[in-house]
Amino acid sequence: MQGGGGGSESGSMSTVSREDNMVMSSEDSSCPDESELELGLGLSLGGFKMHQVSRGGHYARILTAKDFPSVISASSSPSSSSSSSSSSSSSSSSSSSSSSSSSLRRANVTAGTKRNADSVAAANSSSQVVGWPPIRAYRMNSMVNQAKNQATEGFNSTMENHKSETSTVEKGTTGISSYQNSGNAKLRKSLFVKVNMDGIPIGRKVDMNAHESYEKLAKTLEDMFLKTTPNVNPAGLRALKLGMMNKLTRSSKLLDGSSDFVLTYEDKEGDWMLVGDVPWKVFLSSVKRLRIMRTSEATGLAPRLHERNCQRQRSKHI
Amino acid sequence: MQKKTAYSFPDEILEHVFSFIQSGKDRNAASVVCKSWYEIERWCRRKIFVGNCYAVSPTMVIRRFPDIRSIELKGKPHFADFNLVPDGWGGYVLPWISEMAGAYPWLEEIRLKRMVVTDESLELVAKSFTNLQVLVLFSCEGFSTDGLAAIAASCKNLRELDLRDSEVDDLSGHWLNHFPDTYTSLVSLNISCLGSDDVSFSALERLVGRCPNLRRLLLNREVPLDKIANLLSRAPQLIEFGTGTYAAELRSDVYSNLAEAFCNCKELKCLSGFWDAVPAYLPVIYSVCSRLTSLNLSYAPIQNPDLTKLVSQCPSLQRMLVLDYIEDSGLEVLASSCKDLQELRVFPSDPFGEEPNVSLTEKGLVAVSSGCPKLQSVLYFCRQMSNAALVTIAQNCPNFTRFRLCLLDPKIADYRTLQPLDVGFGAIVEHCKDLRRLSLSGLLTDRVFEYIGMHAKKLEMLSVAFAGESDLALHHVLSGCESLRKLEIMNCPFGDKALLANAAKLETMRSLWMSSCSVSLGACKMLGQKMPRLNIEVMDEKGPPDSRAESDPVDKLYIYRSVAGPRFDMPPFVWTMDEDFASELS
Repeated sequence: MQGGGGGSESGSMSTVSREDNMVMSSEDSSCPDESELELGLGLSLGGFKMHQVSRGGHYARILTAKDFPSVISASSSPSSSSSSSSSSSSSSSSSSSSSSSSSLRRANVTAGTKRNADSVAAANSSSQVVGWPPIRAYRMNSMVNQAKNQATEGFNSTMENHKSETSTVEKGTTGISSYQNSGNAKLRKSLFVKVNMDGIPIGRKVDMNAHESYEKLAKTLEDMFLKTTPNVNPAGLRALKLGMMNKLTRSSKLLDGSSDFVLTYEDKEGDWMLVGDVPWKVFLSSVKRLRIMRTSEATGLAPRLHERNCQRQRSKHI
Repeated sequence: MQKKTAYSFPDEILEHVFSFIQSGKDRNAASVVCKSWYEIERWCRRKIFVGNCYAVSPTMVIRRFPDIRSIELKGKPHFADFNLVPDGWGGYVLPWISEMAGAYPWLEEIRLKRMVVTDESLELVAKSFTNLQVLVLFSCEGFSTDGLAAIAASCKNLRELDLRDSEVDDLSGHWLNHFPDTYTSLVSLNISCLGSDDVSFSALERLVGRCPNLRRLLLNREVPLDKIANLLSRAPQLIEFGTGTYAAELRSDVYSNLAEAFCNCKELKCLSGFWDAVPAYLPVIYSVCSRLTSLNLSYAPIQNPDLTKLVSQCPSLQRMLVLDYIEDSGLEVLASSCKDLQELRVFPSDPFGEEPNVSLTEKGLVAVSSGCPKLQSVLYFCRQMSNAALVTIAQNCPNFTRFRLCLLDPKIADYRTLQPLDVGFGAIVEHCKDLRRLSLSGLLTDRVFEYIGMHAKKLEMLSVAFAGESDLALHHVLSGCESLRKLEIMNCPFGDKALLANAAKLETMRSLWMSSCSVSLGACKMLGQKMPRLNIEVMDEKGPPDSRAESDPVDKLYIYRSVAGPRFDMPPFVWTMDEDFASELS
């Protein structure tokens, strides 16, 4: 969960929109109810000096330099606390809360308060703010590929080093940040791959690097594609009703085979495989795009996929 | 009597006069002089630019301009480049193509930016516009190589095919084979965005070989270095060339072939590509360096001294794109070698790194500003900045038209004084009177916006992130920047007051984007009701805005002027605030 410290902080931290949830990783992609958050915000208002509520507003102001007269370092310690105060239950908090992660990376953390430390620990689990730095997706992807080419050997070992939460001391002493290995592949860069679901004309993109496991990925995808949205924008729904999008209410999981859909991916060699067979890290390095396929279409595929996998593995050993 | 003189000019004469007026702005101005000029102008307009595809409908365009030969359309807001606009937002080109197919059979040029282009659209283009000469798909998505195959097969008069930065689904590698053997008119081909297996190399070679007018060829990353010599030898007339991967084992035959091939390209002026470049093969381009006006090394992980050495050999450079491996020292060499430099872009090699991996600071930019008197356009990513440096830069370069500074830590203060960077950016807008585009970053208070409102009278596009303290900042910009067309804001504490106070201003602009700010739903609704010629679109993926309080801030807000009314192709997470909004949900 992004944000450490008090309840309101974690409350506001966890109000990530689904989109933000994808692009900024949170370890736990299940967010508490919004009602819980508002409660948390309300209750904790008195307890945190960092919080300031704008006059008459129901939401906290995004804090800026003026709120913090004692600037410790040249870097953004003033803004480091903006993480705690994001706006209320709306998702704007997610971006401003994660903005702290970028500023916190430069913050003089050891001089900071407990909140800072917690925020840093929390920020470790979030990669970066959506949209900052403003580098085109095309260029980002090129850099990822470059890093992968250069560091394929080191990739696995650095993944082992990578921990989503480390103490600030470790960060300071080893020189290897908990979420960045400056000498090697750019681990926490976004890696967006396309996701399409059978029957839905509009595809989405998901940041693979924002998830640490198949379960988290599946949960995100279920939220994206399978959740019921009772108050869907009717105009939008009209647009989608090209006769294709039907039942939205499927609560079953994509991974365990209990739903009408299975999760498949296209790998580097252009083959479509069932998601879940290989270790997560191997999957990350070979996935090109995802497809939520109707089980009816996939069942014919699955045993063959499995077979081809075995064949490939066999041939690898030759 | 006197009245007759107004009509004494035959239409043909006016039409002839208008044919000398190419600029859309001037044509627009001419068209509102009087009704007859409006009529004459609209019949002879051949080229239109639609900066926002939702500002007007294809029907309206066709009704007014019956004979268009060249169209440029832009779709998604600029921040879509940085993943701020979720998929499915819109920007579909199909409705335009469908209507133009019937109305403009003689259409020659289609240029699209940030639009969703499907294979169906491309197939329709191929079928409908037999005279198509130019197809530019800049940062587009939604199509595959199948669509490209349709274009290749049908567009016999195609001169330019440019897929710059687009996302193409690679389904089959052989779309190039669809260019018939009789096809020889290619002048410009940019396939740099294509992924693996997209390009059949032998088909490419044959295509290049039979097109004697080919002047611009930008390859994709997958083309290996050892194939380039052959390609270049078939097209020595190239003016602009983009390599594929610029890395291979050093082999003397490959090396000498390459060197010879480059040497034979006597008109080569622009080079790009250089993915994964290794220093060993750099010297092969030395023979062209002295002629180079444009060099894009922003995908090349080359470091100093090789990088600086290369740069020092290019005295004619006007446009330089590079990674921050060039460092301050390299930029100083650039400043002393390249006196014609007009545009500089420095990209970060490790934007998410905790510590700087290179020694690139504000000093490099100061050096270039001092050494290159013609510098007009800057995009600079770095990690530290000072007001003093910005003031120096501003004084050195009063001719800036575009200045975009991106500090990797978006709220970092002046590293020397710990002050906000207000004064520095203030100097930029004060000295650079022709500034049209500005991107801010660093620790910034309301003051910088006061300066901008006061001085940036020619500013057309402003990008702001993590800046300002209050609505006053937004108010300064909206009330002061007379030429403002596009304003994009992320993560700033701007709310309702400035927007509502300057609502009329929004109709003079193309668009306003605000994400992660403090604009309330209530304000959006009010704007929607009061300003019928604005589309107020609220984006929120967590659910419909009405489920929250009126005072809650909206996640993303996109406001644009439109004569076409609200659009109907929105995804479920976009809501238009108009008079009908409240009633639609009940």
